[in-house]
Amino acid sequence: MIPELGHFAVILALGVALLQAIVPLLGWKRRDARLLAFGASAAQGQFLCVAAAYACLTYAFVTWDFSIKYVVENDHTQLPLMYRISAVWGAHEGSLLLWVLILSGWSVAVSVFNRRLPPDMSALVLSVLGMVSVGFYLFILLTSNPFLRQMPVAEGHDLNPILQDPGLAIHPPMLYMGYVGFSVAFSFAIAALITGRLDAAWARWTRPWTTTAWMFLTLGITFGSWWAYKELGWGGWWFWDPVENASFMPWLAGTALIHSLAVTEKRGLLKSWTVLLAILAFSLSLLGPFLVRSGVLVSVHAFASDPSRGMFILGFMAVAVGGALTLYAWRAPKLATAGELRLFSREGLLLFNNAFLVVACAAVLIGTLSPLAIDALGFGKISVGPPYFNVVFLVLIAPLFMLVGLAAVVPWKRGEPGETARRLKVPAVAAVVVGAALPFALFGRAPLLALAGAVFGLWTIFAAVQDVWRRVRAKPQWRAGLASVPRAAWGMTLAHVGLGIWALGVSGVVSFGDEKDVRLAQGAETDLGGYTFRFVEAGQAQGPNYTAQQGTVQVEHGGHAVATLHPQKRLYPSQGTVMTQSAIEAGLLRDLYVSLGEGYDDGSWSLRVYYKPLVRLIWLGGVLMFLGGLLAAADKRYRLARAAERKAVEIAAAAKVM
Amino acid sequence: MRFAIPLVVLVCLIGLFWFGLHRDPRLVPSPLIGKAAPAFDLPTLDGQPPRMTTADLKGAPVLVNFFASWCAECQVEHPYLMQLGHSGQVRLLGIDYKDAESDLRPWLQQKGNPYAIILSDLEGKAGIDWGVYGVPETFVLDAQGHILYKQIGAMTPEVWEQQVRPLLKASS
Repeated sequence: MIPELGHFAVILALGVALLQAIVPLLGWKRRDARLLAFGASAAQGQFLCVAAAYACLTYAFVTWDFSIKYVVENDHTQLPLMYRISAVWGAHEGSLLLWVLILSGWSVAVSVFNRRLPPDMSALVLSVLGMVSVGFYLFILLTSNPFLRQMPVAEGHDLNPILQDPGLAIHPPMLYMGYVGFSVAFSFAIAALITGRLDAAWARWTRPWTTTAWMFLTLGITFGSWWAYKELGWGGWWFWDPVENASFMPWLAGTALIHSLAVTEKRGLLKSWTVLLAILAFSLSLLGPFLVRSGVLVSVHAFASDPSRGMFILGFMAVAVGGALTLYAWRAPKLATAGELRLFSREGLLLFNNAFLVVACAAVLIGTLSPLAIDALGFGKISVGPPYFNVVFLVLIAPLFMLVGLAAVVPWKRGEPGETARRLKVPAVAAVVVGAALPFALFGRAPLLALAGAVFGLWTIFAAVQDVWRRVRAKPQWRAGLASVPRAAWGMTLAHVGLGIWALGVSGVVSFGDEKDVRLAQGAETDLGGYTFRFVEAGQAQGPNYTAQQGTVQVEHGGHAVATLHPQKRLYPSQGTVMTQSAIEAGLLRDLYVSLGEGYDDGSWSLRVYYKPLVRLIWLGGVLMFLGGLLAAADKRYRLARAAERKAVEIAAAAKVM
Repeated sequence: MRFAIPLVVLVCLIGLFWFGLHRDPRLVPSPLIGKAAPAFDLPTLDGQPPRMTTADLKGAPVLVNFFASWCAECQVEHPYLMQLGHSGQVRLLGIDYKDAESDLRPWLQQKGNPYAIILSDLEGKAGIDWGVYGVPETFVLDAQGHILYKQIGAMTPEVWEQQVRPLLKASS
């Protein structure tokens, strides 16, 4: 009964989404305020339907309803409650349901926060969101229904053990919040193309939504990287896998978008470019599920692939993105304004930033798709690996770091090279001096990459901080000075500091990281990165739904015990899968990482031992960027502007009544 | 005009994806096709005879199926292999890849044994020589011991009917 209700709720949600797509559009055409206002109610009704469907599926997972095919495939009676709840999105069908739940959550948020906007704008945004929802509901109902019944069985196949980790519980919802959030920016862009209203106010409305989506995507990618590091046992934090690239491309486009929105809001320039970026970020966030779920590329993340699903998403992309770009080709030429743009000004430098980000995004796209393209051209099968991406990316990203520090200091409209140089003298000198000394101080040597990473990273951090420093010093008291810094400036500073810290982490772990494959008898030791790893013993351990072989490794440094690590090799009997669970001694300056390999008859074991200096900074940087986004999205001026706009709308309404 | 460039790019990409959907990225042509099967010398599960080598494969076409009791996709193809093995259309030789006998026996007991004979490749050395990088993989050998075809992933009725049978017919 419950699954049928869930299925019915999805069908109902599709119906409501159709109304949400059509009625406000009619209202806009006929200038009918009641029809326009219908969009908000429809969005809220749609959310109720899809939330009910989602609750039904969760209930089926929690209560082990093994008459549902999807539950049988991903649930197990011994699975702990937390993973039964997260198993809902552990495979294709359920993760799509989570996707539409989040999409509809964004629509509700838009319907609530957009009340202050002109009714036609708000209604059109909701209408476009409704159209996107319709596509996803059809996808679920036609190709990927999670509520399909089968002959009941006694036991399920269990959630893929690789997904039984708290990191996975957070990673997909965060990532989907980001992906789906770009649908809002996209809807605003389409609404602007339809109405022709593409001005500073439009940019101000769009900005907090875009920043919010971006910050969730940042956090989702950060969690994903941390989870892969911890769970896959390879000690890597980024693999340039097609699916990782699929999340990174919208991030790059989204990062470009939040910067070009700043230009559009402050200076009214780059309008059509901003709209194009919004369409691009959304398209790339559709590309992600297409690549993962259609089987066109080989990936470690591959979901069960099915050509009919691939065909559907491809068709959906063709209609949604094709429609948007057609509208763009038709309308954008009329919206372009000729404004003066100097290259040495903040907007000019932000344009450079955009160019680099978009080219980097294109480079990732080309690298990801080239195996497909080369196959299509008949040159055989190849795979493009990290060497391509690392080189291309390094070349494109280095100038970006120069720009980050520069653009935050150069004023809008017109920059003075002399003044800029005076302001950046201290950060630049400090970055070079400290950056050159830091690798020697920490590790006693300094390869080129480490030097470059330290100098660029510190330059970004110092240049970002000096902006706040200058604002604070402008006031007589530091307390008043700190209070005078707007949240948006704090947000920007924090995000840029995060970027710098990320660069320090990446260059540190790449330059000084070390690893070793060893076979150790009990009591034997090995040295790595100045630490001594002693393999004490191997024993058994028991988990809720697995049995494990557990090693005990003692780590010493300079004669002092640092940590005792317990890497495991887990056997999940439900699927007969063996998983390595690495043991990590985490620290801000270094991680010590041990994963257990094979056991031999003589009692010795093979072990993989890693020394990962500064690797935590990579995720710390990601978290700081998230917090920066949070502060920027919560800036006071959006609330003030909303209040002012509400007043304007009320006055206009009152005028109409009289 | 420049505003239409994104649309053109999109159309190209959609075309590329359209092509991609009709291709299987897992199809990697094996360099062994058309060549003699790599040499091996492995113990049999039943001990009758105790060992087999490549020379024993000659004389009649044979399907060499690398499988393991720990592999999920092997369970997927298992019912079809049962059908194929019992139909008498071709000899089925199983190579149990990196798998302990104590795990394999209950597996066969429970599901049935489609193979005429099973060899044990405990350390995966034959697998390396044959270029196996995941199980199941199935090699089709003609009566002279040449490899005609390699199937990566589960053997299915479609693959058998459309790929393997015509090849066997042509070779005999």
